[in-house]
Amino acid sequence: MSKLNRRELLKGAGVLLAAGTLPVSMVEMAFADNSKNFTFAYISDSHIQQIKGNIFVRNWDRGLIRSVAETNLMDPKPDFVFYGGDIAQLGKKSEIDHGLEILSGLRQKVHYVMGEHDYYLDLGEHWKKRLGPDYYSFDHKGVHFVVLNSILTYDDWTYNRWADGVERMNVMAGLDDHRGSPFMVGEKQRAWLKKDLAGVDLNTPVIVFSHSPLQKIYRGWNFWTEDAEQIQALLKPFKKVNVFYGHVHQIQYNQIGNISFHSAMATAWPWPYPESNAKDASHLPKLTVQMNRADPFFERDATGWQYIDIHSGNAAMTFSLTDNSTRTVAFNPETNRPEDTRYQNNRIPPQDHY
Amino acid sequence: MRIKPIQTGALGIILAGLMIFSPAQADEFTKADLELWQSEFQEVVKKGRQVFTDPGLGTNGVVCAQCHPNGANTHPETYPKFQKQLGKVATLGEMINFCIRNPLEGKDLALDDQRMIALQAYIAEERRGVKLAPGKH
Repeated sequence: MSKLNRRELLKGAGVLLAAGTLPVSMVEMAFADNSKNFTFAYISDSHIQQIKGNIFVRNWDRGLIRSVAETNLMDPKPDFVFYGGDIAQLGKKSEIDHGLEILSGLRQKVHYVMGEHDYYLDLGEHWKKRLGPDYYSFDHKGVHFVVLNSILTYDDWTYNRWADGVERMNVMAGLDDHRGSPFMVGEKQRAWLKKDLAGVDLNTPVIVFSHSPLQKIYRGWNFWTEDAEQIQALLKPFKKVNVFYGHVHQIQYNQIGNISFHSAMATAWPWPYPESNAKDASHLPKLTVQMNRADPFFERDATGWQYIDIHSGNAAMTFSLTDNSTRTVAFNPETNRPEDTRYQNNRIPPQDHY
Repeated sequence: MRIKPIQTGALGIILAGLMIFSPAQADEFTKADLELWQSEFQEVVKKGRQVFTDPGLGTNGVVCAQCHPNGANTHPETYPKFQKQLGKVATLGEMINFCIRNPLEGKDLALDDQRMIALQAYIAEERRGVKLAPGKH
């Protein structure tokens, strides 16, 4: 469990805390030897949306601006920041540039993950020009970090179906657009990952970042990665693996074998759980106790913050929700899975407001 | 359009009843009538989906479907109900206007505006078959 409480982490952020939400996550890597400990922050899904010229949708701008401000107030200072994907809404250069301009206020190095909203206009060209490769790995203080581009899809869909990139982007941007196509990491990156992991000791904690969940939850809205099982198989030999993903704009967590899965909140807007789409069956992990309220009640609702404390390779996350009680999801070594410390065996209905 | 078997069955019984007991009432209707009404409804549902995904509905390009994929979390069957955002018991149309004013930064539609009716038809169609739980979100 967390070694630091929220107050210690956010010294000096009292005013902002009182206002409610913090659309940013803090991750602490804790080791037996305390001198090795480090923290990092996690921001995701800003969906910066251009209206015209230099005018952008206010709501989405404010979410990202706030997360940057509050990341800079964190104490201890994170070693670096992860950005979980979907800087832009429609993949435009202007949107990516405007988002990166806001993110340039961060005092730490930022590692980026490609989201589908950053990709399908120009197949990630501008994103890569600004930020570099879309899949890579690095080591930091004894932990192996891997970043995957998990939002690719079948070549036929990408290259043969659409009049231009604008049409392709618009279709993929519509979460419920039935003309969309399932996400995947693909053969090329899987081969790279296999090679990359071959040089890593099996006792090394591995942390994987992807935009889509590396598990199959609901294909209709692409809460889904087509080759999830193959990626999981590559991660299986490692003693402790954590996967962090964006895309879903809601609290999700799961445990598959040695792999813990955690979603990140969005800074833009929340999404309902797939089961609220009455016409279709979804496979939200049974383990996940849903957010009490998951719809856009007001601008910042359910875009709350989470603080992630990774201790001995296990993550404990605290979600602060604007209009609901705080939730903590921590790894339970007895059951070997993440659990809500308060609600896991005493489930709350996902929505009980009028 | 897919009509659920149970609805077709119920209508079949009503039709049979009409034929036996009151063959020439003013409100009698045929299978062709039903098909016409259904296709009229589906036309409006289709238009509703267009409005639901129309960046021009508000002023900032944000569309309804961005936050409500498949019309999820709209719960049309529960209205009228108390809406905290509005501080009163409101209809679905009034709540749609709340969304147009706020996330979409636009102007209210008249409650009998064709686009307003189409939006409600689309949302109701997406939500068809869900049990009525009045007043609940």
